[in-house]
Amino acid sequence: MNTVTQTGRQETAAPAIELRGISKAFGPVQANKDISIRVMPGTIHGIIGENGAGKSTLMSILYGFYKADAGEIFINGNLTPIPDSQTAIRAGIGMVFQHFKLVQNFTVLENVILGAEDGALLRPSLSKARGTLKRLAEEYELNVDPDALIEDLSVGHQQRVEILKALYREADILILDEPTGVLTPAEADHLFRILENLKREGKTIILITHKLREIMHITDTVSVMRRGEMTATVKTAETSPEKLAELMVGRKVLLRVDKKPAAPGANVLEVENLRVVDEDGVERLKGISLNVRAGEILGIAGVAGNGQSQLLEVLGGVAHGTGSIRIKGQEIDLTGKHSDAQSRRARGIAHVPEDRQREGLIMDFTAWENSVFGYHHDPAYQKNKFLMDNAAIQNETEGKMERFDVRPPDPNLPAKSFSGGNQQKIVLAREIERNPDLLLIGQPTRGVDIGAIEFIHQQIIELRDAGKAILLVSVELEEILSMSDRIAVMFDGKIMGERLPQETDEKELGLLMAGVNGEVA
Amino acid sequence: MERMPKWADVVLIPLISLLIAFILSGLVIIAIGEDPVAAVQMMVKGAVGSTYGWGYTLYYATNFMFTGLAVAVAFHASMFNIGGEGQATLGGLGVAVVCLALPWPHWAIALPVAVLGSALFGALWAAIPAYLQAKRGSHIVITTIMFNFIGASLLNYLLVNVMRPVGSMDPATAKFSEGTHLPTLHDILAVFGIPFSKAAPANISFIIAVLACFGVWLLIWRTRLGYELRAYGKSEPGAVYAGISPVKIIMVSMLISGGLAGMMAVNNVMGEAERLVMNSVEGAGFIGIAVALMGRSHPFGVFLAAILFGFLYQGGAELALWTSIPRELIVVIQALVILFTGALDNMVRVPLEKLFLTLRKEDV
Repeated sequence: MNTVTQTGRQETAAPAIELRGISKAFGPVQANKDISIRVMPGTIHGIIGENGAGKSTLMSILYGFYKADAGEIFINGNLTPIPDSQTAIRAGIGMVFQHFKLVQNFTVLENVILGAEDGALLRPSLSKARGTLKRLAEEYELNVDPDALIEDLSVGHQQRVEILKALYREADILILDEPTGVLTPAEADHLFRILENLKREGKTIILITHKLREIMHITDTVSVMRRGEMTATVKTAETSPEKLAELMVGRKVLLRVDKKPAAPGANVLEVENLRVVDEDGVERLKGISLNVRAGEILGIAGVAGNGQSQLLEVLGGVAHGTGSIRIKGQEIDLTGKHSDAQSRRARGIAHVPEDRQREGLIMDFTAWENSVFGYHHDPAYQKNKFLMDNAAIQNETEGKMERFDVRPPDPNLPAKSFSGGNQQKIVLAREIERNPDLLLIGQPTRGVDIGAIEFIHQQIIELRDAGKAILLVSVELEEILSMSDRIAVMFDGKIMGERLPQETDEKELGLLMAGVNGEVA
Repeated sequence: MERMPKWADVVLIPLISLLIAFILSGLVIIAIGEDPVAAVQMMVKGAVGSTYGWGYTLYYATNFMFTGLAVAVAFHASMFNIGGEGQATLGGLGVAVVCLALPWPHWAIALPVAVLGSALFGALWAAIPAYLQAKRGSHIVITTIMFNFIGASLLNYLLVNVMRPVGSMDPATAKFSEGTHLPTLHDILAVFGIPFSKAAPANISFIIAVLACFGVWLLIWRTRLGYELRAYGKSEPGAVYAGISPVKIIMVSMLISGGLAGMMAVNNVMGEAERLVMNSVEGAGFIGIAVALMGRSHPFGVFLAAILFGFLYQGGAELALWTSIPRELIVVIQALVILFTGALDNMVRVPLEKLFLTLRKEDV
């Protein structure tokens, strides 16, 4: 291990957590390699790294989900083997998972005491928890209505319940796994205030994230992981985002997107009064109107679940809606025989879906089978009336994989054996090389490592510069701000407003994303 | 990254599973006080020790190939068609209607029409559950099971009240005419001068079944329909994203599946019984599920598994005939084979994968 700066030497207290030489392998994959780390009490310690760098494995070992192959765990200076999560909780460790583990139709109070009841009867536990919750709410700004049902709470509030659960179990060490992924900027700021309060009360916090901005904003110390190894532990004040990115990826990375000003042409996509009602009868799009011009990227900002997915789906022919969609002035069939995804492709709409593993790729199919997915009706891929021309498809795929730098460049590997970034490149190669008039692209870099993000952004910009219209949906505000030529913000199935990226900032967009509009709407 | 070589997945795992099933069967035979070695000898001799034995083994295998392919095709579209029994029953009705409708001059003319008739009736019987699944979301497993019973009852009614020849006490159709009698393997092989048992029921349907295996392979891995079918089977949201209609795939895959199950009737009704009787399918529809599971839904795997089950059927019948081992025990052996090759797949797979991983590590 290559520790740049060993922190906390001057402090006399024992580290709240110390890991020594932790190793863990899954089959031939070494997820954690000889990892040592010291987290001092009363600090916020960030762990940053790309997907698959081993952050989650390390935390799962600390929380007793996995057993390390080698290494020792010290809690407050004492050697503490953690065989299961019960032991971790007794040792004062609390974990807030990325995907909450709450019972949806229980109240906040019931969720808090679940698994920590004092006896067979619930009433004494519930009233004790009510008191504790009240105290915690005052101390840490953790206000939640104890009698509200989880399903009625916003995501930000649900996360608070998770934190309350950990504190109720008297956790002194709190681990948060990608906590801001689902939050609005305002909610994230509130979370950071809570974390500051917790720190002031002497709690130790470990924050796992891939967002450099958060690390710089809130942590005291940061550890960087790469390919299962801890490459550095540094004081946050003594580092910079560029330096951290380089440590994560192992080479210099361009964090800003390099692009010329847009030269927009005529309207390619015109949407008027688009409405979508989902299977449960809930109106998810409430009259959307927007346009995208040739040679321009329209970015759709918004907290996940405010209708962006439905917008992409209905444009891509995956879902049905009412209203009007025109491509190059031509009306598109929204409900009839030609409202499916095949027909949309025929009209020059390419679609990189938000969830490539669920929709964009068949994970068990090979790369070459996936490289024509959705375009498999193209006569170029048919040998005759009955058979597909598999050899021709394989040939074409080899070229695509080379041009889009897919690694390994083997068309016969199943999609599931590629990394997230390479899977996304397979989808992008398929959609972009069809030379569409309009590219719909959702969460282009979700689950993609930093090195591939750069490449993917370049490809999108190149397509824009070739005079194509691009509709970009992303929950990463940074990505929206750096990629878009125009930004529309969605909230609750409506467009809250449009801004130009050079005339707005995260704060203003954040307010729009939360449904607050300064202007008269 | 592959966990283990492909040959281990498709050859080694079924073989090991089979071995475990046979060892356990041997223990059961010992437990009831019989000699397992003698039993195995008896089974092998009975099933493949003579052309007569082969004739029966291949006859059963033909049935299982059709029903196994039926289940396999549906599996690729993630449809679990357990209605092979009913579809094959109705396929029998199709064959009977064709054979009794006209005074056929020669089997070569009757056969293609009978194949079409059986496939059409089988497909129709699968079409109703398929429609209910595609349009109404009624689970295909439930509806196909129900249609097995409905099919049996329908046939019962037709045989007793409609198709039974006047004066006959037997709930069966009249004998099919001479012009519909299919050539047996004895007749076919005689052309090449190869002697084969005259009494065994294996007939030209076996060749149709082998062709069907090849046809299904082409369909699944070489055609656009097969591509769409597999895509839908792996991921419905993915299929919708690609513009593949789930309704179309459910309907088409079930129609093909039902058609294949129905075609079994060419073998047992037209080729063997030469008239339609009650319960002519005798459980082959259900064996098809085991055959498809064991064959990994691959047509070649189905071919091999069908022959294995044909062997078990014929060998088991011999065993029941010549020893005091009861017929029920044969069912136990078949059940063990199904259990280990189908349901308990991971019991062999997981340790084997680990073994290959450690072997590979040592290589590195």
